[in-house]
Formats: sequence, C-alpha cells, structure tokens
Amino acid sequence: MQKRSLSFYLLAAFFGLFVLFLYGPMITIFILSLQGPDGTLTFPIRSFGFYWLGQVFQEQRVGNFVEPFQRSVVLGAIVTVLVASMATLSAMAFRQKFRGSTGFFYLTISALIVPSILISLGLGIMFQVFGWSTNWTTSGLGAHLTWTLPVAFLIMLGIFNRFNPSYEEAAKDLGANDPKAFWEIVLPLILPSLIGVSLLTFTLSYDEFTRTSLVSGQYNTLPLEIFGMTTNVTSPALYALGTLTTLFSFTMIIIAYLTVSRLNRRQQG
Amino acid sequence: MSSTILKSSKFSVVAIAQAIAQNWGTLKPYFLAAPQAIALAVFLVFPILLIGVVSFWEFNGFSMTPAFTLANYKSIFSSTVTLRTYLNTFKFVAMVWLATLLIGYPVAYFLSFHVNRLKWQVLLFLICTIPFWTSNIIRMISWVPLLGKEGLVNQLLMGIGLIDAPLEFLLYSDFAVVLGMVHLYIIFMIAPIFNSLMRIDRTLITAAEDMGASGFEVFKEIVLPLSAPGIAIGSIFIVTLVMGEFITVRLMGGGQAASIGKLIQTQIGSLQYPLAAANAMILLIVTLMLVFSILRVVNIRKEL
Repeated sequence: MQKRSLSFYLLAAFFGLFVLFLYGPMITIFILSLQGPDGTLTFPIRSFGFYWLGQVFQEQRVGNFVEPFQRSVVLGAIVTVLVASMATLSAMAFRQKFRGSTGFFYLTISALIVPSILISLGLGIMFQVFGWSTNWTTSGLGAHLTWTLPVAFLIMLGIFNRFNPSYEEAAKDLGANDPKAFWEIVLPLILPSLIGVSLLTFTLSYDEFTRTSLVSGQYNTLPLEIFGMTTNVTSPALYALGTLTTLFSFTMIIIAYLTVSRLNRRQQG
Repeated sequence: MSSTILKSSKFSVVAIAQAIAQNWGTLKPYFLAAPQAIALAVFLVFPILLIGVVSFWEFNGFSMTPAFTLANYKSIFSSTVTLRTYLNTFKFVAMVWLATLLIGYPVAYFLSFHVNRLKWQVLLFLICTIPFWTSNIIRMISWVPLLGKEGLVNQLLMGIGLIDAPLEFLLYSDFAVVLGMVHLYIIFMIAPIFNSLMRIDRTLITAAEDMGASGFEVFKEIVLPLSAPGIAIGSIFIVTLVMGEFITVRLMGGGQAASIGKLIQTQIGSLQYPLAAANAMILLIVTLMLVFSILRVVNIRKEL
C-alpha cells in the first residue's frame, strides 16, 4: 500500500465537501418531505411521517400534477425515440471523413451553447409569425430536441470511437449490405450503450425547463407545473412532489447505468 | 403527353437512384447526418435567423408588424437600464466562472491524479454527474429551507452564537443567484477539465520529477498548460449558460436581481417580441465575442 501524501487528504476532504454541496440541498428536501401533518417549510421537524407524500396526490394541495406528469413522460418518450435514432445515424456518419463534417459538428455543439432564452424566443417568434399556436407536442418538442440532441450525439460519438469496426467489415465481406450489417452486427453491439443514452435523454427531456418555459403553450409539462407551484404552494407538499420526481429521475439514471454495465459484462463474458 | 412526363420523371428517378447507388460510399454520411441536420435547421438555425429579422420589425403596442426600423436597437443603446443590466450580467458571469473554476479544478484534479483505480474514478465522476440529470427547478427550491431567513444555516449560526440576527443576504440576493448557478452548472466545468487531465501522459510528470522539479513546478509547467483546453471548453459552457440565465435569477434573486435573460423574458411576457428580439441579437453577439476571445487565448482543437 503506497503512502498517501498530505495533498491527497486535503483534496479528498475538498471533494467530500463538494459532494455535500451537490447533494446537501436535495437531502434537505427529502427529509423535510417526510414530516407529519404539523410540518412546515423549514426546520426543526416536529414529527416524521408520510403525510405530505400522500398529500401530493390530493388535488387541492398542489394542483393537478398527474396530467403534466403524463405529458412529460409522453414527450420524453417521443424525444427519446427521435434523438436516439438521429444521434446514432449521425454518429455513424462520423466514422468516415466527409466534407462538411466540421460544420455539422459545430452546428450541433452550438445547439448546446446558444443561450437557452434564444431558443425559447426563436421558437416563440417562429410560431407567432406562422400563426401557429405553441404546444408542448410541437414547439415544446423542438425546444427539447435542441437540448437533448447535442448531448446524445456527443455520447454516441464517444461510443463509436471505441467501436471495433472489424465485425461489421467481416459481415460486409460475407455479402451483407449496409442495412443488414447494421441490424445484425452494429445494433446488437451498441445496444447497451444505446439503451443508456436513451434513458439519459429521457431524463434530460423529463426535467427540461428553461427552453420549454416560453413555448409550451396552454398545457404545462411537469417542471413548468412545479415552477408555477413555487409561488403558491407553501406546504411541504411541494418538497414531497420534488422528492418524488427526483426519485423518478434517479431511478431512470440508475437503470441506465446498470443496464449498460450489465449488458457490457454479458458481451465480454 | 402526361404519360411522357410520367415516363421521363420515372426515368429521372431511376437515374437519380442509380447515381446514388454508384456514389453510395461518398453520399452515405450525408444521408446518415441529414435527419439531425434538418432537425437543428428547423428548430435552431431558422428560429435564430427569424429573431434577427424580427428585431427590425415594429411593435404597435399589442402586435408586431413587418418593417425595417432601427428603433428597437436605438432604444436599447440609449437606455441606461439595459446598460446596467448588462454590467450586472457580466458580474454574474465573472463570479460564476471564477467560482466554478476554483472549485471544479481541484475536484477534477483529485479525481484524475489522486484516485488510482479506474473503477473508483468512474464511480466518483458519476456521483458528480448524477445531479445534472435531475430537475433544475427542484435543485433550486432545495436551497430555500437551507438559506432562508429561518433556514438551517441561519439557525445553526445563531445556535452557536456567531450571529444575533438571521443573515438576510443568504437567499433572494446576488449571492444566492451565484450560489445557485454554481450548483447547477459546475459539472460543465469539471467534465472538460477532468477529460483533459486524464489525457496527460503520466510519464511526462515522472520525467519532470526525475529531473528535480518540485510538485508546484510540475503543476505549473506541465499539468496546467496541458489542461488549458479543458478549462477553455468549460469556460465557454459557463459563459454561454450564465449569459442567457433567467430562471435562477428569477427564483433565487428575488425581485431585485437583474440579468439580460430576465429582461428578455419580461419583454416576451408583455409580447414585445421585436424589442426582445433586438435584445436577444445583442446578447448573442456579445456571447459569441466572449466565446471567440476564449478561443483566441486557448487552442481547443486538439480536444475535439
């Protein structure tokens, strides 16, 4: 066992504080959502219980969040299917050099770094100019694509960087055409990573707020509904809803990581 | 007559199909990249071009009409409120950038140089990234019971007798805005720095140590210059994210805090699209100038 230097312990302590900084606030609202009926928005806690988690499902407490939740899930599913297919195809295009690839790369990255208010405003103006009414399935979908596509594309690029092309070449030598080689060789090989990317895309979409905020139209997605609640819900029910939706995201992320690592192991073994 | 047209169009379709088949090798990447390019053209490029067009339109109090007027831009440049809002936004950018760099660099350094097993590196890095995938709104709301007037921090500080009255500046202040943004966006600084630190050839460091370099010299002469591209990429993310921020400013800043994103959002709220568009164009240009000045200082091409 090698001896650790002083800087190791200092940096390890710093890292520990950083993780506390990241998760501390979240843990706070988890705890505050586990109060009894006499609970308030702040400490100290008088009694513990599941009262407020149950109250989330009482309409008069936090408004109706079931429909926004359904919308967010449906939209997330549509976004996931679209983004996973588009990012896979374009990342495959990047396996060979082509004229314009640099421009395409920068175009995709710019979707990530353009200030999000511009996306929201631009989509709002586009729908206004054409006389369309904004809706979570149209303008909302567009806003979600600009956020999730670049992230998924960057991850897929990394996946194909580590992809061994020799199996596919062998299939082609044996007479498989491009679609056949994709369905029978490439797809099964990248499937675990693709599932991971899909689940991460889904959570990104499920939690997206800034870009959708101005163009969701009449019907809110869940994050927008929660944002509305911050001004008028003054009971721990707000924290309880926050806890539930965060746990939902956590579940997705953990399934994503587990699926990837398990399928990867199975393929190696 | 119509049948000949049909025939010739059928013929040309066949001809096109044949041409595609013959050049499939070179055309393939374009077909593969097309869906994503179209999606981004429709939902990113075209809307932003429209913002540019509409920024010259007129606004008559309740709707916008096509025109070519510089009035929107003139009113922005002649307003001291806008100027002050920009200064305030730059202040947020500078503070968030400095804080994310000073916190993010040691974290990335610890992960890449002090954690020896790859398995642990991946696990700890994942722990840092997980909050990024959860809801921004919830993450901001979570600060309220900690920082509020009756929040945990004030209770603790008063409990140990450090202060007599609760600190008011913890929530709904510029401090809270910066804290909230650092919390939300720091992963965008950590990930690129971690990536470039991981790529540093460890034999360079061994060589430098063998030649008698001190720990600080190794850091200054090798580690820092080689991680500069990562810092640059992280800085670009932070600058662009904070420049257009309006949610954190709204939720954590209370009523007073101002940012250019919030200003645009307010103008959209009152349907002043041309004015909001002009503001957005200036925001875009200023942001791009910041990005290009970062790119002038550091060459990031090797990282891509």
